Amino acid sequence: MLEIKNLHVSVEGKPILKGINLTVNAGELHAIMGPNGSGKTTLAQVIAGRDMYEVTDGEIIFDGKNLLKMTPEARALEGVFMSFQYPVVIPGVNITYFLKTAVNAMRKHKGLEELDAIDFLTFIKEKMRLVRMDESYLSRSVNDGFSGGEKKRNEILQMLVLEPRMSVLDETDSGLDIDAVRIVANGLNNFRSKERGFLVITHYQRILGYIDPDYVHVLKNGRIIKSGGKNLALELEEKGYSWLVEEQPIEA
Amino acid sequence: MNSDLQTIEKHISQEYKYGFVTDIAQETIPAGLDEQVVRLISAKKNEPEWMTRWRLKAYRNWIKMTEPTWAKVKYSPIDYQAISYYSAPIKDSKKLKSLDEVDPEILRTYEKLGIPLEEQKWLAGVAVDAVFDSVSVATTFKEQLNKHGVIFCPFSEAVQKHPELIKKYLGSVVPYTDNFFAALNSAVFSDGSFVYIPKGVRCPMELSTYFRINAANTGQFERTLIIADEGSYVSYLEGCTAPMRDENQLHAAVVELIAHKDATIKYSTVQNWYPGDPKTGKGGIFNFVTKRGICKGDNSKISWTQVETGSAITWKYPSVILKGDHSIGEFYSVALTNNYQQADTGTKMIHIGKNTKSTIISKGISAGYGQNTYRGSVKIMKGAENARNYSQCDSLLIGDKCGAHTFPYIDVRNPTARMEHEASTSTIGEDQLFYSNQRGISTEDAISMIVNGFCKEVFKELPMEFAVEAQKLMEVSLEGSVG
Ligand SMILES: Nc1ncnc2c1ncn2[C@@H]1O[C@H](COP(=O)(O)OP(=O)(O)OP(=O)(O)O)[C@@H](O)[C@H]1O
Ligand SMILES: [Mg+2]
Repeated sequence: MLEIKNLHVSVEGKPILKGINLTVNAGELHAIMGPNGSGKTTLAQVIAGRDMYEVTDGEIIFDGKNLLKMTPEARALEGVFMSFQYPVVIPGVNITYFLKTAVNAMRKHKGLEELDAIDFLTFIKEKMRLVRMDESYLSRSVNDGFSGGEKKRNEILQMLVLEPRMSVLDETDSGLDIDAVRIVANGLNNFRSKERGFLVITHYQRILGYIDPDYVHVLKNGRIIKSGGKNLALELEEKGYSWLVEEQPIEA
Repeated sequence: MNSDLQTIEKHISQEYKYGFVTDIAQETIPAGLDEQVVRLISAKKNEPEWMTRWRLKAYRNWIKMTEPTWAKVKYSPIDYQAISYYSAPIKDSKKLKSLDEVDPEILRTYEKLGIPLEEQKWLAGVAVDAVFDSVSVATTFKEQLNKHGVIFCPFSEAVQKHPELIKKYLGSVVPYTDNFFAALNSAVFSDGSFVYIPKGVRCPMELSTYFRINAANTGQFERTLIIADEGSYVSYLEGCTAPMRDENQLHAAVVELIAHKDATIKYSTVQNWYPGDPKTGKGGIFNFVTKRGICKGDNSKISWTQVETGSAITWKYPSVILKGDHSIGEFYSVALTNNYQQADTGTKMIHIGKNTKSTIISKGISAGYGQNTYRGSVKIMKGAENARNYSQCDSLLIGDKCGAHTFPYIDVRNPTARMEHEASTSTIGEDQLFYSNQRGISTEDAISMIVNGFCKEVFKELPMEFAVEAQKLMEVSLEGSVG
């Protein structure tokens, strides 16, 4: 479903990603771990289409389409979702209105009828229950005054509401309390299906314990230096990253 | 980063939809201003002697005054002798008895502007006076208003029919000595709207006036006078548009509001005069307006709401003199400057009575090369025990070539005053747009969502149907295509 081939990315002339190869098939959940500054967020943002990152080589194919040629909103409409490591605050813009606009943009894209206010409220309230978010959030502005954990929950809520086929979650578990990690992981597990792919960036084994990844990759210095099964995460938790030597990129 | 700014700029480049010219026979007097011209205008309106004298006094005062330069706006000098001070559709020289007598071309103009004059097409409950260049062409719903004793008519008609009210109130809030533009207006004003709400009457509908400048090289100098007698209520709305022309055109209006004991006046403006060429800044309306209200009686209230999206230059400070005890003054403003527009706008709240209260909410949006200045003054006089003011001035910047400026002046002469002032400046961040895009929301929709969110507090003060209109206007002013 998502194929990343030999991806090279620079920011302001500085190479960050140095040849990433990664394929996520429908139904799979891949975890990406790696030290701070290794390029995890860069990878996520490039998939989503942030234009401050310059792709100098390689390609990203989504369902046979060249993702790199598409605008960020076109990618979103095609079913690519990114949960932000640092969700953005949009003061004055009501979250219900924001999400309704997003959902209806998706529905329109799929040729479905737009949801009216009442149907949308019913729909979103049901999703909020899944991540145990209080309905009072519906009257607030997008991420405005949200705590770190609340912002992350809100990201997952948006994933559940927008129903993307490919979800890239950038440290969604960071900042969540112990219970919230479980709640979010449950939400994620229920959302998983054989049509959907996931790329979960995390620093912690805890969430992986709940969501049971099919693959774990280690990104260091802009390269995937090791790939393995879920046990790799346990090993990393114990030993850290220093024992891993940077070798030739490994195909996943 | 840069390409995002470009996207933003692309989206905010607007097209002015009201820039057409109506081709009708108009009578326009030659350019230039002297006592003869003032007399001529007065004669054209068939005015009584006292009115002519008042105009002449204003004129003699004006020639001694100099144009103010303290506002943060730049423009090349206005040649007051190059302007024609009177222009009217020819058929209108005789009094109109009904809409059938209005030139169909004018009716079509208003229809194009989305202002159907025919009563049956009217949004329920809105009475309209329409001012085309210098004269008032139609007032709808007259009869229904008459039943309640409400007077809503062209200013020139009020001079004829209600001289006692005009004599009593004209210039009582904005004297012709007030400022350069007010003096000019007092000398040459041609028409405008007059409203009188009798004691205890709640005006049964929104009153509104649409101003349209059509002729070239003319100025528009209208005057509005609203008197709300004891215990009455009125909500009034004005809207304005003008054709696209390469020359700047002057609009210098005066609005006076008088609220007696327990009366409330709500005055809303949606100003969309031609802003000038978006690429070069050429042309556009110079909007120099003096608006002031007096809360004369106890417990009276005056509330100004303005949405200013048009004009090359906006210079206006709708103010309230809080004379009555427990009186309330409010100012809610959205001013948008895009491309080469400049706005210097704000308010003055003058607290004289005891326990008076004022609220100022100002939202400035700058895009393109737009320059937006908030200038507000709050004055608490000696006798104004327990006066309260709350001011909030927020600026939103779109792109990196525009500017926002805030000048709050505070003068407190009574120690019991309580003042609160908040200010903020924000930008539409590239990250906010990317976040929205990532959720499938287009940049256009994201900008209009953010701008509308920013203006929410002001829009909610507008009458319902006009709030929707204002929102749409913001969209076209910013994006061109959405809406
Ligand atoms: N806009 C930018 N300008 C300059 N350098 C940048 C920019 N964005 C990212 N970088 C650099 O690229 C490198 C990779 O950053 P990235 O955010 O992808 O790391 P990460 O793996 O997500 O780290 P963390 O685990 O801390 O979130 C870092 O060295 C970072 O400083
Ligand atoms: Mg990161």
